[in-house]
Amino acid sequence: MSGLIELTPFDLALAALLILANAAVSIALDLRLGRRLALAAIRAVVQLSLLGFLLERIFNAGGPLPVILMLVFMATLSGFEAVRRTTRRVRGITLVSTSVMLVTSLVIAFYGVHFVLEVDPWWKPQYIIPILGMILGNSLTGVALGLETTLEGFSRERDQVESLLAHGASRREASHDIVRRAVRTGTIPILNAMVAAGLISIPGMMTGQILAGEDPMSASRYQIFILFSITGAVALGTISVVTLASRLVFDERCRLRLDRVREVGGDN
Amino acid sequence: MSFFSSRDLTRRPWFADKSIALEAGEIAVLRGPTGSGKTVFMRALADLDPVDSGEVLLAGVERGTMSAPAWRRQVLYLRQRATALTPTVRADYERVLALKATESSTTELPTELPLDRATEQLSGGELQWLALERALLVGPKVLLLDEASSALDRESALRFEARVLAYVALGNAALWVAHDTELAGRIGAEELAFP
Repeated sequence: MSGLIELTPFDLALAALLILANAAVSIALDLRLGRRLALAAIRAVVQLSLLGFLLERIFNAGGPLPVILMLVFMATLSGFEAVRRTTRRVRGITLVSTSVMLVTSLVIAFYGVHFVLEVDPWWKPQYIIPILGMILGNSLTGVALGLETTLEGFSRERDQVESLLAHGASRREASHDIVRRAVRTGTIPILNAMVAAGLISIPGMMTGQILAGEDPMSASRYQIFILFSITGAVALGTISVVTLASRLVFDERCRLRLDRVREVGGDN
Repeated sequence: MSFFSSRDLTRRPWFADKSIALEAGEIAVLRGPTGSGKTVFMRALADLDPVDSGEVLLAGVERGTMSAPAWRRQVLYLRQRATALTPTVRADYERVLALKATESSTTELPTELPLDRATEQLSGGELQWLALERALLVGPKVLLLDEASSALDRESALRFEARVLAYVALGNAALWVAHDTELAGRIGAEELAFP
């Protein structure tokens, strides 16, 4: 970490000028962006500072328990957040989303640190916490997109699904097209990220490592490892949540029960 | 014992203790005011909607003893708004033939509509023809027709009725909901009052 340049509060204040300048432009042109910009910037500062503080405590605490608690907390929160981003919700979806998020992201993060990086002990927070964080950030998008596409599909294609059921289609046969489309939609962002990696953008993690003085070749290998982990988790999470959600809209006699789906405003 | 019957079928607030019975080869017309729940009743017979109580039997077998797909293949509900499943007429037929529950192994597709027609271009009446032919491919024992020929012109509707009558005459049964007051007389069917 020889190349690491410490950022002082003064340095951050200089960076904040970029936000302030935009706020000033917004006020001058009456774009009404200023308030939202300021709020978002303040949230970012508070949240990241808290995260830094919390991580430091966990790093110094020693022992696996605080780390595990943090991992479970992060994954559960992502499960809730994925549901909160959707505009249609089927009864029981929050439980499905949180369980899927917990199982898929933790299994893949553990696989990554234990078998690929061979971190010893596996719970060493400086590895597993940021890796899980990156996995969750992407899983959340995939799961939310997959859920939204699934329930939107059943609402929009209700007539086709019911016609298929009326001809004796099983639940699987009647929902297969929708499931396939939802999985595809949910995994588009991460597939695009893999395709574009290194060409259009330098991924965030690699940027961070290079800034922190890491050798670029080593940073690129880390980036490949993390992209594969993320993609594995996104695909697994999206497939699981879409499959399970498409079961929730049917009852035990394989009837389409859209009365169990509720439309909400959606928070994004 | 009847070929197809419902016993005390109840789904509040639409209908209560509704019993009907059809013999093999029989067709009946269900008549009642708009909004009285005829569609809910027909859907309940096909197990597409839940009921509060009561049972439905086919050839003496209660539907609860078989899987829902197996039941619906035999007691097939043709919805009011005919819907295409795929982009072409041929693909629509093949789609239902490919379902696991379908037992028919016919390779001859119906020729009422050109097989390569895009379903997107079908008129409402043509879609209803498509729905009927598609349903018959599955080989149901009971047809539940919910305003299934409402968009057809007179001449076409008569052919549609003849098609249904011929199918029922093979030892099947049909229950028909229609606003056309002359339908029952024309096809010689009994009228059942609903609810």
